[in-house]
Amino acid sequence: MEMAETITLEIARYSPEQDTAPHFQSFEVPVHKEWVVLDALNHIKDREDGTLTYRWSCRMGICGSCGMMVNGEPKLTCATFLADYATKGSKIRVEPLRYFPVIRDLVTELGDFLGKLKKVKPWLIHPSQAPLSQGEFLQTPAQLERYKQFSMCINCTLCYAACPVFGLDPIFVGPAALALAQRYNMDSRDQGSGERIAVLAHPDGIWGCTFVGECTRVCPKHVDPAGAIQQYKLTAVFEWLKSFITPKGQDI
Amino acid sequence: MDTSSHDVLLVGGGGAGLRAAIAAAEVNPKLSIAVVSKVYPMRSHTVSAEGGAAGVAKADDSLDEHAYDTISGGDWLSDQDAVEAFVREAPQELLQLERWGCPWNREPDGHIAVRAFGGMKKRRTWFAADKTGFHMLHTLFQTSLKFEPITRYDEWFVTKLLVDDGRVQGVVAIELMSGRIQAITAKAVILCTGGCGRVFPFTTNANIKNGDGMALAYRAGAPLKDMEFVQYHPTGLPFTGILITEAARAEGGYMLNKDGYRYLQDYNLGTPEAKPVLRSMELGPRDRLSQAFVKEDQKGRTIATPYGSVVHLDLRHLGEKLINARLPFVRELCLKYQNVDPVKELIPVRPVVHYMMGGVSTDINGATPLAGLFAAGEVACVSINGANRLGSNSLPECLVFGARAGKAAALYASERPAPNGPLQALVLDERKRLESEFLHKSGGRQRIATIRGEMQATMEKSAGIYRERNLLEEGAGQLRELQERYRDIQLDDRSRTFNTELESALELGFMLDVAVSMIECALHRTESRGAHQRTDYPARDDGTFLAHSLVFRNSDGSSRVEYQPVTITRWPPGERVYGQARQEQQH
Amino acid sequence: MGAVKPETIRVEYAEFHPRWYRPPVSVYWWLKQRQYLTFILRELSSVFVALFVVMTLFQLWALKKGPEAYAQFQQWLQSPLVIALSIIGLFFVVFHSITWFNLTPSAMPVRLGGKRLPAFLVAAPSYVAWAVVSAIVAWLVLR
Repeated sequence: MEMAETITLEIARYSPEQDTAPHFQSFEVPVHKEWVVLDALNHIKDREDGTLTYRWSCRMGICGSCGMMVNGEPKLTCATFLADYATKGSKIRVEPLRYFPVIRDLVTELGDFLGKLKKVKPWLIHPSQAPLSQGEFLQTPAQLERYKQFSMCINCTLCYAACPVFGLDPIFVGPAALALAQRYNMDSRDQGSGERIAVLAHPDGIWGCTFVGECTRVCPKHVDPAGAIQQYKLTAVFEWLKSFITPKGQDI
Repeated sequence: MDTSSHDVLLVGGGGAGLRAAIAAAEVNPKLSIAVVSKVYPMRSHTVSAEGGAAGVAKADDSLDEHAYDTISGGDWLSDQDAVEAFVREAPQELLQLERWGCPWNREPDGHIAVRAFGGMKKRRTWFAADKTGFHMLHTLFQTSLKFEPITRYDEWFVTKLLVDDGRVQGVVAIELMSGRIQAITAKAVILCTGGCGRVFPFTTNANIKNGDGMALAYRAGAPLKDMEFVQYHPTGLPFTGILITEAARAEGGYMLNKDGYRYLQDYNLGTPEAKPVLRSMELGPRDRLSQAFVKEDQKGRTIATPYGSVVHLDLRHLGEKLINARLPFVRELCLKYQNVDPVKELIPVRPVVHYMMGGVSTDINGATPLAGLFAAGEVACVSINGANRLGSNSLPECLVFGARAGKAAALYASERPAPNGPLQALVLDERKRLESEFLHKSGGRQRIATIRGEMQATMEKSAGIYRERNLLEEGAGQLRELQERYRDIQLDDRSRTFNTELESALELGFMLDVAVSMIECALHRTESRGAHQRTDYPARDDGTFLAHSLVFRNSDGSSRVEYQPVTITRWPPGERVYGQARQEQQH
Repeated sequence: MGAVKPETIRVEYAEFHPRWYRPPVSVYWWLKQRQYLTFILRELSSVFVALFVVMTLFQLWALKKGPEAYAQFQQWLQSPLVIALSIIGLFFVVFHSITWFNLTPSAMPVRLGGKRLPAFLVAAPSYVAWAVVSAIVAWLVLR
């Protein structure tokens, strides 16, 4: 298919000082085969409209800043090529990530998400006070492999923008936070699953998930948060059954 | 007027900033610690580091060898007492990170795995796949969440250091979300804002690397050190500038010119072998490899592309299995951004600006000459990297000096009274400045992007890999003109809410100050050393220039350069030798 | 290209206190995207699984009541409404089984020699068992 020379971007605009709700504004940008949507946004901001507001930083898909809805799909705009959309007459619709409050234009509010990350205690919990001189905790490549995939999350929140459970009920802890908890639960060096279970095995935690699976589909780093959640559901059920056998207060 | 007060304040929440915050919290849990960052901490540029972090770990290695590699790699401009402290503490810091959960790659028996890296004689680079910086930053960020004394100010942009009575007392910052401008006072301030790669047009650096901390310190009266030393990483993708990690060469990649010839052998870097030889050929130091590219280009042996000349990085002989195991991110980046599969095709690469050896001048504990001001990480210059940094030294640098600065600042703050100067007036002045010069200004005719583009072009031409007096002076003149035009800048965005155009304008101001200081130092250093190569002074001159350049801002806005001798302890200046000849020298 | 603004009734902005816009989520959210619709149909299929169970219970009850009641049951099965419902139900039950089998590898990572088995290998035994059981039932019924 012949690539067009220019393409129209329809961008959601919202300024709380002037608007009560977002509206769309169209811009025409040149199409270069190496350009990504982020390059187009920068072109507009630099030359046409300096008020266009969005987050970005690394432009190589590792910092997680530039997530937006592109034609209704959550994407990292630094990794979404204009050429894939640029047939004659086509448009690209750019909106802020779905299901989050919008501060301005394409910038969403992330404080709630950061709070959820903290809530699941995403740090290594290990009672040992062994001094550093004793060296590293040993961990074989096979043990590393068990949690490595879940450690790849860049906190871009595309998964939240894909999750209808979070959309309908923002109290849901959500895919990235639950996958991060599982990353620590599965780390052979961690002994903190007992401290996390109350937040995870909760109606707002894993039991809120109905395995729609969209989070895994849109994840740019193939973290598979849906898999992490379902795996923990099995673990949580076993722990619940075990709690009938072991006396109260026993370490899980 | 609202003011928040803390004991220790970090500007920047990347590798160095988070490590310093944790160190301060551990030294004195009663201190109140603020991390003020213009982006959420996990967006900090530490996240993009790929290759690894060096620390002596195996029995066949020694601290002295790591020190020697670092000092010779730095062309003897490194302060050797600082290097000795660095190599001693680096393995402990990396181990501490392991205890905090960092997923380091492992040997089959469960011990930490290490790989070879450029300029290092022994294998000592710890790594986490090829996303070491990402894993380190996320480990630090997640660990920092468990320290209650740490308060984060996410997406607050620091515009100025508050200085009263010769002492730094806090910062003025804009809360991006609301536009509120207020003071955050502290007894000690640690700058951890990273480098300034965005002063150049082609860089591996993210948009946020604008030399903020360097300019803040410079404007407050603290000197910047060794600003002329800019590292070009030899393998960046053309157009995007995205980094192709040195690990690709450490695993065995070859660099080829347009004839498929491993051209590095013509530049005193050894003879080509099938497998990588440490400190030889493709594992030579970055400055020499980037310089070799320029020479090849002058001989017409590079490949022309619409985005400049390139050479080729050849990974095909490594095989798909190794590339997927050790370099998966490299493969992903090449496929996505260059449409090239390293398993079957050659990767086009060229030198791109990557790291700033220079920065805010600090001592071995991260303290600057300005009371109450500390700095750590890429923003600081201790100096351990000297005239050229070895790959995999900057991540442990963030940790070692982040920890040192955190501890030093915590001890300093524990012994000092709270700030009580007339800070209100200073904050009101800063508010007025921001409003009159940017937010409420009308009639300006310059766009930010235009000035920024011209600054970058000037720096590429005048302060690139090879420099010379006329071009440097031309560059200095162009920057002066750009600073004038900057005063005539006009913003489209007058909003208070998340005004990123204001942010860009302030960042451009920082970058112009930093660029001016870089050219000034480059003009004064009439020798060639490490990454600073002058075609009009091609030799290294230890007699005059075994010293750091210190650039100070005068009260009238001009700058002056002074020199501070390098601290030499056990390694007198020698010749930098790479390639097989190195193997024969025993020491 | 100009901006088209909605009617602004009254913008409430207090300086330094911007109002975040909270986009409403439509009650028809599940029609907005193919994957959401597929998900809802998948969940709906459980209703048809339950219906088949109920029909089987009827069948057992009729069996217990005797040959007359069973003959009535068979008559009822042949009515056009029940046939239509059965065909739709069959589609949903098959859909239910396929989606269920395909989801199990996510919930149960199987490792052999330190490496994770690909998803289709983990799902395969379920399909094989399904085919075998169906073959046995078919042989019992059709012989």
